[in-house]
Amino acid sequence: MTVGEIRVDKENYDNFPVGMRVLAVDDDLICLKLLETMLSKCQYQVTATSEARVALNMLRENKDRFDLVISDVHMPDMDGFKLLELVGLEMDLPVIMLSANNDAKLVMKGVSHGACDYLVKPVRLEELGNIWQHVIRKKKSGSRKQNNQSVDKGKDNQTSGEVNGSPSTVNRDHQNGKCNRKRKEDEDESEDNGNDSDDPATQKKPRVVWSVELHRKFVAAVNQLGYEKEAVPKKILDLMNVGGLTRENVASHLQKYRLYLKKLPQQANMAAPLGVRDTAFMRLGSLDGGLRDYRTLAGLGRLRNTALSSSPYTMLGRLNSPTSNINLHNITQPSHTPHQNSALARMHPVLSPSSQNPSLFQGTPSSFDASINDSRIFTGANAFTDTSNFLNSTQQSSMMLHGNSVGFRNQSSQNMASFNQEPSNGGSIIGSSNLMEPNSLLSTEPFMNCARENNWTNGHYLVNNSIENMALVSLEDARGNVNERLGGERGQNYGHTLNNNSNMLGSMNTTTTHVPANNGIVSPFNRSLDQNIGILNQKMDMFLNGGLTGGGSTPMQQINDNGNSVIESRARTSENLFLEQHKLQGGFAPQSYDSLDDLVNAVFKRGDETTPNFDCGLDEFSFGQDL
Amino acid sequence: MQKQLAKMKQSLFDQGYLDEQFIQLEDLQDDANPNFVEEVVTLYYRDSVRLVQNIEQALEKNPLDFSKLEGYMHQFKGSSSSFGAKKVKTECTQFREYCRAGNAEGCKRTFQELKKEYATLKKKLEVYFQLARQAGPVEKACRPK
Repeated sequence: MTVGEIRVDKENYDNFPVGMRVLAVDDDLICLKLLETMLSKCQYQVTATSEARVALNMLRENKDRFDLVISDVHMPDMDGFKLLELVGLEMDLPVIMLSANNDAKLVMKGVSHGACDYLVKPVRLEELGNIWQHVIRKKKSGSRKQNNQSVDKGKDNQTSGEVNGSPSTVNRDHQNGKCNRKRKEDEDESEDNGNDSDDPATQKKPRVVWSVELHRKFVAAVNQLGYEKEAVPKKILDLMNVGGLTRENVASHLQKYRLYLKKLPQQANMAAPLGVRDTAFMRLGSLDGGLRDYRTLAGLGRLRNTALSSSPYTMLGRLNSPTSNINLHNITQPSHTPHQNSALARMHPVLSPSSQNPSLFQGTPSSFDASINDSRIFTGANAFTDTSNFLNSTQQSSMMLHGNSVGFRNQSSQNMASFNQEPSNGGSIIGSSNLMEPNSLLSTEPFMNCARENNWTNGHYLVNNSIENMALVSLEDARGNVNERLGGERGQNYGHTLNNNSNMLGSMNTTTTHVPANNGIVSPFNRSLDQNIGILNQKMDMFLNGGLTGGGSTPMQQINDNGNSVIESRARTSENLFLEQHKLQGGFAPQSYDSLDDLVNAVFKRGDETTPNFDCGLDEFSFGQDL
Repeated sequence: MQKQLAKMKQSLFDQGYLDEQFIQLEDLQDDANPNFVEEVVTLYYRDSVRLVQNIEQALEKNPLDFSKLEGYMHQFKGSSSSFGAKKVKTECTQFREYCRAGNAEGCKRTFQELKKEYATLKKKLEVYFQLARQAGPVEKACRPK
């Protein structure tokens, strides 16, 4: 845009809505022509294209080039709803859907995907005359969000420090227990923040969503620099050359990445079913559609596919830097023992919470389930090698952390105890932690998810339908365990949990979980770990979905672009969550961790102590993993 | 001339060939776009030829791929209704109904009707535009604002 053009636009803007810049997309040339003419008649500045890809490129080139997008629903090169999501996610522009079909279902779909309006063809001039209202409305709500954000930021800084990107939202929600609000706020925040980073000096930075593309750039930069020595955040950042990314973002992501990579070799030994992974990703891809539905998921226990899909997003939003710190800690823990590492590694593969939560992913392809069913323990190697896995896990864990922190903070130490298990055992903890949390956590389900994630850290990746079942089962178990736990000792709880989890895993498709007597932590632990992992993932998913309301849509959208990225985000969140849990557990004693960092540290410390035992356990565990 | 044109237009409306959308298009016609309506209609007939061919080919397959046909028809309906081709639009809707019901015979029959309407409208509009062009400049001036 030349200066002259800009000036002209500005002038027009004084007369808003005159000169409002509209991008019209419709594959039907007649309709497009008509639309273009009508919009011109309304005195808007129109750019018309019949290809969605072209439209996207134009929008990406310059986000400020348009004020409003009007798009047809049925297009050959890209689904109108997909375009809608992407535009809303990446550019946060109002989008109006157009269709010859006025089926209420489609209208609902449009609205749930974030459309500002839905017009039925043939469009009348009068209808187009008022579309400028959407621009104003969006602007207004956008500025409101900004205000909230700054307010939140202030609050957040006081309370949780750099726990997560939108801590304020979380805290607030947490305090209010308003998941919906949180979700919306998070969503808004995520959308607003997008990949922008405010002043690095401020504590509250907008979340950076590590989309697949972004992560790829990151990996490319790291490889180019040399992972071992030269890949320092500053240099990576320079190489990536992505606007709005700070060194801190890169640093935290690098941490996660390193942990992820560490786990890989361990897992490499295990047969990692590629199919599963792929399907997992596919699943994530299928989540795209569900993204919008995420909003409806408001609460806990509402694990739906859409929720799942959205959870990664939310996770993404949340998982940014703050969680990454935590993850890092947790991840390093395994270093204590090789087993731990593997356990953690396993964690990642497990991730794809999306895959894990069948209930959540109703929409996911069935093939995915089929492949997953085998309770194949996803070795870390496979999972990790997958960028998306990595991203997912980190995201998930962060999510977990985030979510857990919210829940945990309020919860008793019990939860902590359960988590502790994890670090020490190098992964077995997850199961137990699940139990602990359910009630406190957003809801049982979310908790379950967290629990699953814990299991997940064990490195067992249960991808498949069974996950669903497991999720359900584990939920039940968790519930049961929680009760027990609440009464009993931690150790017992752990064992118990583990047992439960193992049971669940064993009978993936059965919902009956029998709770074996509390055994020593180690043995049941191993089994449960495997199982738990799967469950954990599922739970994670559920947790993520339920807990992390808000902020979901934005990240998810980005991810939707690549099914993988969705997974990644989810994985990440679960990872984060997991880490969080670990931290909590590490305490063994109820502690209120104000920041995830503390938790992580605590967890790590624990891990050191308990390592020896777990090693044994892990061995068994890993053995058992290979299904 | 004017009267003739007006009469013709009126009859097209009365007979149900065109609907309100056509008037919308005419409203868009102005000095900047003097022949807007004609352009649109020409574009339509040019663009839809391909679509009609696709549908015909698809109708020859056995068994019929109803979802694909429905997709084509959705598009066809969209274009037709955008300039007010009322009868064509009606046939499109009917066609889609048959698609949804899985009624192959119904689809084929409807499509024949559709093609007839489509061709008839084309001829009528050709005449109309010819008349309009002849009466054009004067018409503008006489048109009550």
